[in-house]
Amino acid sequence: MARAVTRQRKIVNTALAWGIGFLIFFPILWTILTSFKTEAQAIADPPIFLGFNWTLANYEAVLERSNYGRFLWNSIIIAGGSTVLGILIAVPAAWSMAFVPGKRTKDILLWMLSTKMLPAVGVLYPIYLLCIQFGVLDSKIALVIILMLINLPIIVWMLYTYFREIPGEILEAARMDGASLREEVLYVLTPMAIPGIASTLLLNFILAWNEAFWTLNLTAAKAAPLTAFIASYSSPEGLFYAKLSAASTMAIAPILILGWFSQKQLVSGLTFGAVK
Amino acid sequence: MGQIKLNQVSKSFGDVEVIPPLDLTIEDGEFTVFVGPSGCGKSTLLRLIAGLEDITSGHIDIDGTDATHVPPAKRGLAMVFQSYALYPHMSVRKNIAFPMKMAGVPAEEQQRRIEAAAKALNLTDYLDRRPGQLSGGQRQRVAIGRAIVREPSAFLFDEPLSNLDAALRVGMRLEISELHKRLATTMIYVTHDQVEAMTMADKIVVLRAGYIEQVGTPLELYYKPRNEFVAGFIGSPKMNLIKGPEAEARGAPTIGIRPEHFDVSTTEGAWEGTIGVAEHLGSDTFLHIHGVAGCDPMTVRVDGELSVKHGDRIFLTPQADKLHRFDAQGLRVE
Repeated sequence: MARAVTRQRKIVNTALAWGIGFLIFFPILWTILTSFKTEAQAIADPPIFLGFNWTLANYEAVLERSNYGRFLWNSIIIAGGSTVLGILIAVPAAWSMAFVPGKRTKDILLWMLSTKMLPAVGVLYPIYLLCIQFGVLDSKIALVIILMLINLPIIVWMLYTYFREIPGEILEAARMDGASLREEVLYVLTPMAIPGIASTLLLNFILAWNEAFWTLNLTAAKAAPLTAFIASYSSPEGLFYAKLSAASTMAIAPILILGWFSQKQLVSGLTFGAVK
Repeated sequence: MGQIKLNQVSKSFGDVEVIPPLDLTIEDGEFTVFVGPSGCGKSTLLRLIAGLEDITSGHIDIDGTDATHVPPAKRGLAMVFQSYALYPHMSVRKNIAFPMKMAGVPAEEQQRRIEAAAKALNLTDYLDRRPGQLSGGQRQRVAIGRAIVREPSAFLFDEPLSNLDAALRVGMRLEISELHKRLATTMIYVTHDQVEAMTMADKIVVLRAGYIEQVGTPLELYYKPRNEFVAGFIGSPKMNLIKGPEAEARGAPTIGIRPEHFDVSTTEGAWEGTIGVAEHLGSDTFLHIHGVAGCDPMTVRVDGELSVKHGDRIFLTPQADKLHRFDAQGLRVE
């Protein structure tokens, strides 16, 4: 028998869900609202929620002071580049782990994941020195490689989970049909894993877009992405809340829109294997 | 073209030897069935021939050339899987075309072979559908179509009918047999169903725990099973195996008698028993009889209808020339 859900209970649950959703979204909403206030209204006490004079002055000021387009371009290149590079490396890795597992495959997967637990600052110094050595400090290529490396464990894990759901017999059939390993991956495995690869791409793109530690520490002017753009508006005195909010809104807008349109893919990607 | 020869082929998974070294020759054009209970190594043996598993020792010759280290894609064999293993993202047409695409067959030739295969397998109307939109039997036909078009030197079937319902299975069994007659290509067919083995095979290989128990034509296996295992496995219903005084009186520690080799009477005979279950099929009557000769229940098949029921007394006389005798090791004695 299905569990009886009373009307009243449904209303309470819905209200609760919306409430929690609103709470989670509130900081972003507040940032967006603040970006339309004057600096004085932004720090007013008590805070003003909606009853302020809407202004675009902060956006004008930010766009005038900084080259938003360049930061945006850097973000796209760094997030996109690291994601594509990561997928190219992770597909074969996940293939071998899912379809020809060895005795230590599980250990390797866990070990890969454990690298995510290392505090990034622990390797900042060596990586900084390496960047100087190779002359790639403040370059996009360095960030593409570093962000690819730090997200690679997650990409491999996600693809591994997806690939495991693909019946091995289908790949064996491809082998019997005369497909080489490359053709098997290209014509059979990859098309079957498209939903998985797409959500992995999306999630990794978002992770790379939001990454702030390495992007802030290894860039100055040339390769700085949107994280650096936001950071340049935060001051210890906290005097420019409205402009900081405008910069933040502009930095998160692209990814917010992307996330909005790909919600379904993202959710299915994150819960893949957990729910059928 | 399609002789397959296994020389001292063995397979171990870690420390477990699933197939001890064995020799086997499958002649060109022959329909060979590997049969045995589950876990007997029959599928593993097929996968070794396919190249999907590496052999631990020995070597495999296909058409006279050593194929031991040739990858599956280059062995020129086609395989039909139990799960069909169709490519779910491709239409039926593309599924069938895939092996030809891999082999670089010209587009026109591909088209011609697809049409021919689709016609032979009743798939013409389904060529543009995806596998997900087909029934089990249709999917199996697509899998067979995909195997046919590459014109392999041998077909490998891994329990291809076990996912189908009983009625469909009988139909597909006939289709595969007809296909073999038409193409005259070597086929190796794995099944645990001895009826499939008996009805389809030119040659049956009975396997148990990785060992070949007997190789022979269906009727050789039926009339002259080499040991008790083959005797019990081939034939339906199973052969009755009798030990004890009744067997010794007939000159062996164990004797076997098939259900169809009795003279049955309600008045007189060598052995007397009570009917436990009587199954009336019209064409035959199957009796399961208790209290006879130390074999309980004794299964008996009678041609046509015999009006008896549970609890009736019945007399059996085994036909002396149809008795099988086995020694203490379970091996056949002539």
